[in-house]
Amino acid sequence: MSAAQGTAGRDLRMGHAARDIVSKRIIVGYGFWIFLLSDIIMFSAFFAAYAVLSGQTAGGPSGRDVFHLHIVAIETACLLLSSFTCGVASIGARAHNSLMYYGSMAVTAVLGAAFLFLEAREFAGMNAIGAGPSRSAFLSSFFTLVGCHGLHVTLGLLWLLTMMAQVFAKGYRHDILRRILCFSLFWHTLDIIWIGIFTVVYLTGMAQ
Amino acid sequence: MLGKLTWAAIPIDQPIPLFAAGFVGFIIFCVLVYITLKGWVPYLWREWITSVDHKRIGVMYVFLAGVMLIRGFSDAIMMRSQQALAFQAPGYLPPDHYDQIFSAHGTLMIFFVAMPFVIGLMNVVVPLQLGVRDVAFPTLNSVSFWLTATGALLVNVSLVVGEFARTGWLAYPPLSELTYSPGVGVDYYLWSLQISGVGTLLTGVNFVTTILKLHAPGMTYMRMPMFCWTALASCLLIVAAFPILTATFAMLLLDRYLGFHFFTNEAGGNVMMYVNLIWAWGHPEVYILILPAFGVFSEVVSTFSGKPLFGYRSMVAATLVICILAFMVWLHHFFTMGAGADVNAVFGVTTMIIAVPTGVKVFSWLFTMYGGRIVYSSPMLWSLGFIVTFVLGGMTGVLLAVPPADFVLHNSLFLVAHFHNVIIGGVLFGAFAGYTYWFPKAFGFRLHEGLGKAAFWCWFIGFYLAFMPLYVLGFEGMTRRMQHYDVPAWHPWLLIAALGAAVILAGIVLQIAQVVVSFRHREQLRDVTGDPWNGHSLEWATASPPPPFNFAVLPRITEDDTYWGMKQRVLRQTDTGEEPRYEDIELPRNSPTGFICAFFATFMGFALIWHIWWLVAAAFVGAFVTFVVFAWRDRTEDRIPADEVARIDRANRAARRAALAQMQPAQ
Amino acid sequence: MSDAGQALYLHPGDTAPGDERPDRHEIAQGLIGYLIGLGLAALITVVAFFLAITGQLLVWGPSIPIALFVLAIAQMGVHLVFFLHITSGPDNTNNVLALAFGVLIVLLLIVGSLWIMTHLNQNMLPMDRIMQMQR
Repeated sequence: MSAAQGTAGRDLRMGHAARDIVSKRIIVGYGFWIFLLSDIIMFSAFFAAYAVLSGQTAGGPSGRDVFHLHIVAIETACLLLSSFTCGVASIGARAHNSLMYYGSMAVTAVLGAAFLFLEAREFAGMNAIGAGPSRSAFLSSFFTLVGCHGLHVTLGLLWLLTMMAQVFAKGYRHDILRRILCFSLFWHTLDIIWIGIFTVVYLTGMAQ
Repeated sequence: MLGKLTWAAIPIDQPIPLFAAGFVGFIIFCVLVYITLKGWVPYLWREWITSVDHKRIGVMYVFLAGVMLIRGFSDAIMMRSQQALAFQAPGYLPPDHYDQIFSAHGTLMIFFVAMPFVIGLMNVVVPLQLGVRDVAFPTLNSVSFWLTATGALLVNVSLVVGEFARTGWLAYPPLSELTYSPGVGVDYYLWSLQISGVGTLLTGVNFVTTILKLHAPGMTYMRMPMFCWTALASCLLIVAAFPILTATFAMLLLDRYLGFHFFTNEAGGNVMMYVNLIWAWGHPEVYILILPAFGVFSEVVSTFSGKPLFGYRSMVAATLVICILAFMVWLHHFFTMGAGADVNAVFGVTTMIIAVPTGVKVFSWLFTMYGGRIVYSSPMLWSLGFIVTFVLGGMTGVLLAVPPADFVLHNSLFLVAHFHNVIIGGVLFGAFAGYTYWFPKAFGFRLHEGLGKAAFWCWFIGFYLAFMPLYVLGFEGMTRRMQHYDVPAWHPWLLIAALGAAVILAGIVLQIAQVVVSFRHREQLRDVTGDPWNGHSLEWATASPPPPFNFAVLPRITEDDTYWGMKQRVLRQTDTGEEPRYEDIELPRNSPTGFICAFFATFMGFALIWHIWWLVAAAFVGAFVTFVVFAWRDRTEDRIPADEVARIDRANRAARRAALAQMQPAQ
Repeated sequence: MSDAGQALYLHPGDTAPGDERPDRHEIAQGLIGYLIGLGLAALITVVAFFLAITGQLLVWGPSIPIALFVLAIAQMGVHLVFFLHITSGPDNTNNVLALAFGVLIVLLLIVGSLWIMTHLNQNMLPMDRIMQMQR
């Protein structure tokens, strides 16, 4: 019994008895996956509120009046491309390829920042013409849903820069690789949520 | 400079809160002075406040729950006495104060008594039962606890500085909107629950990952103790439901702070959307509370009947079915909101269906007891009291699930009696059963049994005296939250209810006495074998209290082990004297991250409530910096050398063998 | 003996969500997966935008929201498979189950809320009658 202890599964262990059974990468990745699912459920509460309140314009502007689909198309392209470059970055990280990693992380950051810039301009523009969040329930729910996504993208950008800094300072250490895994999960999920947003909020709003 | 905060926030003109605040403040001051003078601060900081050990964190959770129980119960005593006195009289609590009391009572009891209690029990027990050293994310665990403590602190600060919400424990708009609650009360409520909600969500993530991914080698899912299954279901519900609470409160906060129109009366807001969303959280919440209690009963009933749990597989299935169905019944909290007969009927039926797996569980416990040799210890008494009381409460719930009946009884005292019936009879009795059952494991000595039994009987009798009259009053038409009334027929029942509250108070006093007496007599009550009840799961194969690393060598479960037999086999290894090969053990390092994050969260919450914007920014930066500092550390684990592990383990094994030599051999 | 130990492990080859299988470290192979995903997602996005803007000319109007919804689900699937590497293999079972649980809750919440909220005016008089009565 004691001979078998500690021998089987050594390839999976990270050498710590505390994580004897399953590798830490799986544990951390799975835990973050569960957290992301909870985040998706939070977004769905905002989606539900939007769905219920999208008709309540209180005599003010509706979606068709204030949405600019060509801007939304550019934002969508930015985010989709950034998801791709994030994938390239995670390949680069696992392969310890610094050119790939830093290069694609930088491109991801630029694309994410472009998305945020366009969205901030959209919000400011709507506010300026009196279509701000306190105008009607529809606008409140729009700003909250889309704004919450934008807030997540902002936090993601901060996280991205931190991950670049951490690799720079400490190299491709195991725990830093785990965090890059979590970051890429986060970034891809944000794009998935954006699919829901541009479909439900913008495209459906215009199609009616 | 200080936002809305002025000296007028301190309730100098209201004697009761002023006195209560002064009294509590004085006690806290004395305790802090005592601790400092005794030189315990370094010990507390090192061993408890910065601990990431699940056993320590679990104890702190239960301690928090106990302290908050006293605060919440004092609210209850005030309500009962007010209602006993206020027959054709104003009573002694002015309406706006009474409103704050019942709101605080509900908020404290659900969020800062029941939740911490069950989470604390899960913390102490689950890793031990799984045969692992700690949860998946130990530092996150510490953060969760301290954020919960922050929430509790903020609610209590509202007694001294400012006011609490007057909206009831769920703060329905439009009453909770800025127009009708312009004060800080609702903000206290919202921010303290948002902060502690983050902590709870992280606990859910932590335990789902732990239970699904961290087991002793060989422990398959179907060999996990029942408490782990119910903890898993409860934490899945936490992960699924708490985001809804966060989102809904965020929407209300946006309405209050930035003039949004989610739930306002004007500009298209929809008040009923709040009710819908908050109960989409609220119903899973009560299952989050009751499922771990069910787990406790499975453990306690099988241990004190001397038999394995009847129908393990069907219990697992029932637990998972309850977990899923918990998300399909939430409309029964607002049948009267007007969704029409079709919608009401569907949710009424699903509510009745959810009683079926619960019934499966109750019958399984009964069949476990049947043919067993029952020991009437105090955990078993709590369990038996639960079975009777919870079944009664559940039946009134099924009655309320019939929409036409609910139209008569909604928001009456019948409803109040029902949910106290299931929460006290279910969650609280379960928490007390778990507390008395696992206290020896956590502290190394048993609780005084006589006082425990006396406390149980006071709680049991007191509960029935306090709440059965409320069922009658509900039928007689008395609504909830009444500050005064003039119907003569109601008065005698409310007097009986007040008497019941007094009997429960006696029970609480006995429980406090039990802790004090047990501590004094701890040498006589010492648990030397680690297995005082002849339990069947892995936690009883460790010493009491377990060493920091739980198991010197992680137990390996073989194919022959049933979940009932695991402990026996692991212990037989200990008893035969065969020493394992000791290796170095790495444990996660203690970290002040949790405490410091909570420190900043407290200031951020307080500043948000009082609109002190510079403090909000400063506290946020502080919390963020703390997080980055934590993420930047290089050493995450401490190494316990093999000799140290060997020394501790040999001492434990020797103590156990010596104790066994004095007893009859186990079968 | 140690083989028996191996067989007893719960998750001999589990993959973390978002991770590719540990044996596929080839950079080129990984890139191809992401490129295919990008291409498919871009295609679906273009179709969706096209449908929303000019679709009324080509398809029956009321079907457009449903078509957009289907396209969104398809694109989410592309992301899950190609970017998040969620597959149906045994190493991914826990990840898929967690995802399924999340999706179930999302559906219950959104569909349930919509169903409930649209029925809330069930027993109310039509709005114009109410306005009349208030005058």
